[in-house]
Amino acid sequence: MDLALLISILTVTIQAGTSLVFATVGEILTERSGILNLGLEGIMIMGAVSGFAAAYHSGSLLVGVLVAMLVGALLASIHAFLTVSLRTDQVVTGLALTLFGGGLASFLGQRLGPGGRPLVGEVGPKFLKTPLPALSDIPFLGQALFKQDALVYVMYLLIPLAAYYIYKTRPGLHLRAVGENPAAADAMGVNVTRTRYVHTIVGGMLIGLGGAHLSLAYTPGWTENLTGGRGWIAIALVIFATWDPLRAVFGAVLFGGVNAVQFRLQAAGTTVPAAFLGMMPYLFTIIVLVVITWWEAFRKRVGAPAALGLPYVREERG
Amino acid sequence: MRIDFERRLEPSRLIAFLVPILSVILALVVGGSLLLAAGADPVETYRAMFDGAFGTKYARSEMLVKAIPLMLTGLSVAIAFRMLFWNIGAEGQLVIGAIATAWVPLFLLRESQLPGSVLLVLMGVAAFVGGALWGLVPAVLKAFLRVNEIITTLMMNYIAVLLMDYLYTGPWKDRQGYGFPGTASFKEIISLPRLPEWFSAGRVHLGIVVAVVAALLIWLVLIRTKWGYEVRVIGENPRAARYAGISLARNIVLVMMCSGGLAALAGYGQVAGIAFRLQKGIAVGDGFTAIIIAWLAKLHPLGVLIVAILMAALSVGGDQITITMGLPAAMARVLQGAILFFVLGGEIFVRYRPRIVRTADLAE
Repeated sequence: MDLALLISILTVTIQAGTSLVFATVGEILTERSGILNLGLEGIMIMGAVSGFAAAYHSGSLLVGVLVAMLVGALLASIHAFLTVSLRTDQVVTGLALTLFGGGLASFLGQRLGPGGRPLVGEVGPKFLKTPLPALSDIPFLGQALFKQDALVYVMYLLIPLAAYYIYKTRPGLHLRAVGENPAAADAMGVNVTRTRYVHTIVGGMLIGLGGAHLSLAYTPGWTENLTGGRGWIAIALVIFATWDPLRAVFGAVLFGGVNAVQFRLQAAGTTVPAAFLGMMPYLFTIIVLVVITWWEAFRKRVGAPAALGLPYVREERG
Repeated sequence: MRIDFERRLEPSRLIAFLVPILSVILALVVGGSLLLAAGADPVETYRAMFDGAFGTKYARSEMLVKAIPLMLTGLSVAIAFRMLFWNIGAEGQLVIGAIATAWVPLFLLRESQLPGSVLLVLMGVAAFVGGALWGLVPAVLKAFLRVNEIITTLMMNYIAVLLMDYLYTGPWKDRQGYGFPGTASFKEIISLPRLPEWFSAGRVHLGIVVAVVAALLIWLVLIRTKWGYEVRVIGENPRAARYAGISLARNIVLVMMCSGGLAALAGYGQVAGIAFRLQKGIAVGDGFTAIIIAWLAKLHPLGVLIVAILMAALSVGGDQITITMGLPAAMARVLQGAILFFVLGGEIFVRYRPRIVRTADLAE
């Protein structure tokens, strides 16, 4: 295989993986606080449509990104309010968020275009590749890693920051305590409710940002079902990453790689029907999930926060 | 000042009754503000939706047609959720049912001279078995390897839909179809009987009877048999079930096969009762609406039938406002999602009493 082809596959891998990293890290922060948010797909698609609409009408990419993050925060705060304050079932609440977000995104996509017309087919601003000086001159890796759009660089910064926050800071310690043993954290004087709200909402901002990367950079524009299950793949990646932002990178690269190979094969005119290539990411998710679950069970290690999915009621702790 | 929740000694029946009603009203308010923002008159839109679902005999009949797959997928999801097995895969299981249904008359028994009724039964069996096997995969993975079923059932939806698209645009495509994406039509004898005129004006087919019978059967099994008892114990207290020696793995596998089979029967109805071929428009998200239906019905099989009709009304009404007022049909999905939010949020008031606590009291 020649070098140019490798570079191009790696470049597409990173582009395809970026939205997954944002969503995965967002969900890791949420789940570390003990809240399972299955609304990713709904938040992501809302981030995608609102981010694109805002950028389209304002002409500003920054406005688009900020609106997508705000919408992500708003949707996540619904989840936080229902699951933390009203103690609803986290699984069903998340599913409701996905269904609601999907419907709302479809509705908005039909109305947010120029003059209340559909957004589909409109061309708006998009993130261009901005090579980083010096770094992009590094042979091979420099071309793939540092000739990307601005959000990719934000993603590079986010990963170590998130890991540092979770493992090395005081609020990160409190976050882990709340996810593992909320009663003990409460006794330590940590505000369980506030911790869960904050991390669910910040997680939602990152998930919305992941959606914005899709509609503003990776596949610019709006189409129905733009996310195509990426929110769900991100939930699988959280398990794959064993709730560690650093390991989320490998998962996202793996899945971005599947996408890149899929495109390559399609472009090369393979005899494999497009439908089967299209199944690859989903099939791959199942296989990876099975392997990782089996492997973790084999090592007798469970990475999930112990209190994940359980409401915390001070009077009723047992 | 803050609000605390005190546990009620007895769950409030009054509030349990009021929550769904208030939820629908509040969801309509949310949807109404969205309509206002979109520059439409909410009252007029809701009236158009209502007329679209209940206004004429034809509308009521079409609403029941839409309710059939929602009832069957709703039952599918409800029995799985009963055991806390989160089957989000009803959509894919429906699609596999549709594929199996079409496969029997188009390929397996293409040359057979069997009467239509026999073929229809065989197609139903094929659909059920196909859906059961599709449901078996995540069940086995969960029961024996503890693989998260939410992800596996969901991923299998995408795979099933891609497989169906591939079949009717590729190897199964009708060669005489002038490029129409779909298989050839079945012979005329192969169509599910329609219900008599006095009941419906149009396309309501035998699938509705299948759904009602299935709901009654599930209800009887749940309250009358040992198996049903085991399923209920697992759902209400998995730990107690384990101490009682109830096999979780065995029940997951059995219930998921039934769940997949039921959803597949929804696909069977769509193909053998409505489309008479495999084509676009079979997978329209019924398997997801089913989650809302199952939860609103509190996982009760008979409740599923009623809620499915309500959701079908919303859906048919949503299509209507697209035709008459040019508003997005997704409005129905927004309303359905919002209703679920309010029902979920309202449940706490059944078991808890809200109490306003002044901050001064807390400080003491």
